[in-house]
Amino acid sequence: MEKGHDYLVALAGNPNTGKSTVFNALTGLHQHVGNWPGKTVARAEGSFKYMGKRYKLIDLPGTYSLLATATDEEIARNFVLFAHPEVVVVVVDSTTLERNLNLVLQVLEISNRVVICLNLMDEAARKGLEVDAKQLSRDLGVPVVPTVANVGKGLNDLVKVIAGVASGAIPTSPHRFTLKPEIRKVLDEVTPYVKKVVDDLPNTRWITMRLLEGDARIRKTLENGDLASLATLNQHVSIAESTEAELKELFDRVQIAASSIRESLHDHIVSSIYADAEIIASKAVTKTEAPKIDMDAKLDRILTSRIIGFPIMIALLMGVFWITIEGANIPSQLLAEGLFWLEDQFTLLFRWFGAPEWLEGVLVHGIYRSLAWVVAVMLPPMAIFFPLFTLFENFGYLARVAFNIDRIFKWAGAHGKQAITMCMGFGCNATGVISCRSINSPRERLIAILTNNFVPCNGRWPTLILVTTVFVAPMFPSAVSSIVAAAVMVAITLVGIFATFIISAVLSRTLLKGESSFFTLEMPSYRRPQIFRVLYTSLIDRTIKVLYRAIVWAAPAGAIIWILGNVYVGSETLMTYLAGILSPIGLLIGLDGIILLAYIVALPANEIIIPTIIMGYMGASMMIELESMAGLHALFVAQGFTVVTAICLMLFSVLHYPCATTTHTIWKETGSAKWTFLSNLIPLVVAFLVCFVVAQSAHILGFG
Amino acid sequence: MSSMTKQKLEYETLAEIKVGQRAKVVGLLVEGPTRRRLLDLGLLPGTEVKAVMESPLGTPVAYKIRGSILALRLEDASKIMVNPSR
Repeated sequence: MEKGHDYLVALAGNPNTGKSTVFNALTGLHQHVGNWPGKTVARAEGSFKYMGKRYKLIDLPGTYSLLATATDEEIARNFVLFAHPEVVVVVVDSTTLERNLNLVLQVLEISNRVVICLNLMDEAARKGLEVDAKQLSRDLGVPVVPTVANVGKGLNDLVKVIAGVASGAIPTSPHRFTLKPEIRKVLDEVTPYVKKVVDDLPNTRWITMRLLEGDARIRKTLENGDLASLATLNQHVSIAESTEAELKELFDRVQIAASSIRESLHDHIVSSIYADAEIIASKAVTKTEAPKIDMDAKLDRILTSRIIGFPIMIALLMGVFWITIEGANIPSQLLAEGLFWLEDQFTLLFRWFGAPEWLEGVLVHGIYRSLAWVVAVMLPPMAIFFPLFTLFENFGYLARVAFNIDRIFKWAGAHGKQAITMCMGFGCNATGVISCRSINSPRERLIAILTNNFVPCNGRWPTLILVTTVFVAPMFPSAVSSIVAAAVMVAITLVGIFATFIISAVLSRTLLKGESSFFTLEMPSYRRPQIFRVLYTSLIDRTIKVLYRAIVWAAPAGAIIWILGNVYVGSETLMTYLAGILSPIGLLIGLDGIILLAYIVALPANEIIIPTIIMGYMGASMMIELESMAGLHALFVAQGFTVVTAICLMLFSVLHYPCATTTHTIWKETGSAKWTFLSNLIPLVVAFLVCFVVAQSAHILGFG
Repeated sequence: MSSMTKQKLEYETLAEIKVGQRAKVVGLLVEGPTRRRLLDLGLLPGTEVKAVMESPLGTPVAYKIRGSILALRLEDASKIMVNPSR
């Protein structure tokens, strides 16, 4: 059979063990990231070659266990059990060996060919821990390879050992954990009946345990004999043709046995595993002299300090904004110049061919121009923001942010990790929505998804920055104006964050009522981020993907905008005509018809809001940018734009419905039309209400 | 070591353990998937835990458990029975 590979290798491990670093190091650019079929859990697969053999590597979700019921654990478990990988590599954090052995011992229970990748050996050394790989290997009965994956140390050995185990050249005799006699007795009674039904699995004791624990999916699988579906692989997995009588007998046995022990079976199993883990870890780990200064604890004291913890967080947020905005300035300009120069060339080309004017208009001045805008406005800040964000993520700071502000989320009935998804949202809300997968509780995950859009993504920053610099900053002396502008940005961001808390709280008391889930947050050790890896993930994985999605959506918007500016209704353009209709509603909430229209047609991409508004104000036939701030100020004021309009525009920008890309992502992540609809309706209502109140209050007080 | 030392069986919840203090887990007052998750994270009877830091807002509190650091909300930590070390 043509499989495209000689050996299938699964990569398992706890979260934060450097598993993806190992995966990337082994596969390089030969990888593909998607989802597990029918699940919103990321699935990465890649391949590598060694000594003429091809290895397919599947990166399983990072889990602490294979016993629990969470989706990612189920995926990892089923893959190891039923996809028949030739080798399972478990990546282990050598600084917390005992806890990691919990997973290792479970994998050893269900798979014979296992390789342990004992990672983060440098960190262990720094913490004064010496881990004896040979001893560990003797106790586990499988090869153990010490590595420092982020500098590539030990990875050649790892590949060699994987190859050896895959081919059978390196024999393994996996340690099976010791169960208490009374539990073993019960299992031994049932296992023969399981063997009658499934006979080609490495260890049927595991299936017995799952059945005794009342795992409905395993039971169902045995009934319909479709183990392959569990592994979510299109691969043959056969189980013995079992008769109904055999199955019935098995399930009867299970019921009898379970009634005697089910209550405590899980506790027994876990404590058996940990008892073995403690012994094995204590034999393998020696504490050398502990370092005098615990750097992690020291950093934590500063970053989670009662007094300066929050100021540091806000300062870092401002810093990231500032670096992104300043750094993106010149590249954005250069990109815009280059792309618009190209547009001129396209125009010449179209005219040379004698193409009709409308075709040139829609394709060049509509579609191409809006794409050029999106790329010029979006690419530079994202190419700066995402690497910065990933640096903080890899360093371990984001977990501290979640730790610091969790109490507010607790009050809102939401999950602390929502803080991390919000940080991600500053880059792009679609990416932020995807990152909500890290929240296990479906209720809290939905809250995070529905409110992510209240943090302004960097597609919206240009609007905020422009309005700030044109309208707010000039009111102050030039010496402080850039500081004022930055402060306004932060203030408007805080409005968005405040809205997130309020709406989360409202949701968890109304539509998404329910108990807060038990909150556990692992605080990873601080790690020096690897620059190459950071650039890779953030540029390829985040920036390019987001840009691609934005471009796909922006193209049709460009065509529509051009049509609005060039199709006439009587003596006025369609745009002016529609803006006239929308004007009363716009004015009610402190905006105007053009702005509202811009928000409707620029739904696919927030980047083109400002050029569309300018186009509307100028009565021009295509999106343009004015060269000078003074010119822009004059143009806006001439259209009746006041400070109140500026404030309302900024509020609307932060609070309004998500862009088309994000909406599409929400639909994919929730799989629900209802929640996707609400994810648009809620912000729309909030934005209208807030802008209405602000505009009318200002009006009554005599401003604007 | 004398086994005759009077050992008071004073159970407290993990939420009552102050930063810097150690305790031994006695039992979990939760059931179902949450119980499984906590067990998998190593919170078994007999496990030693140490409160290492507190959020600026008072909750959650981070505990050192088997070498790794895990943050729990006080409300949740109060469902874990412990025996404080003196």
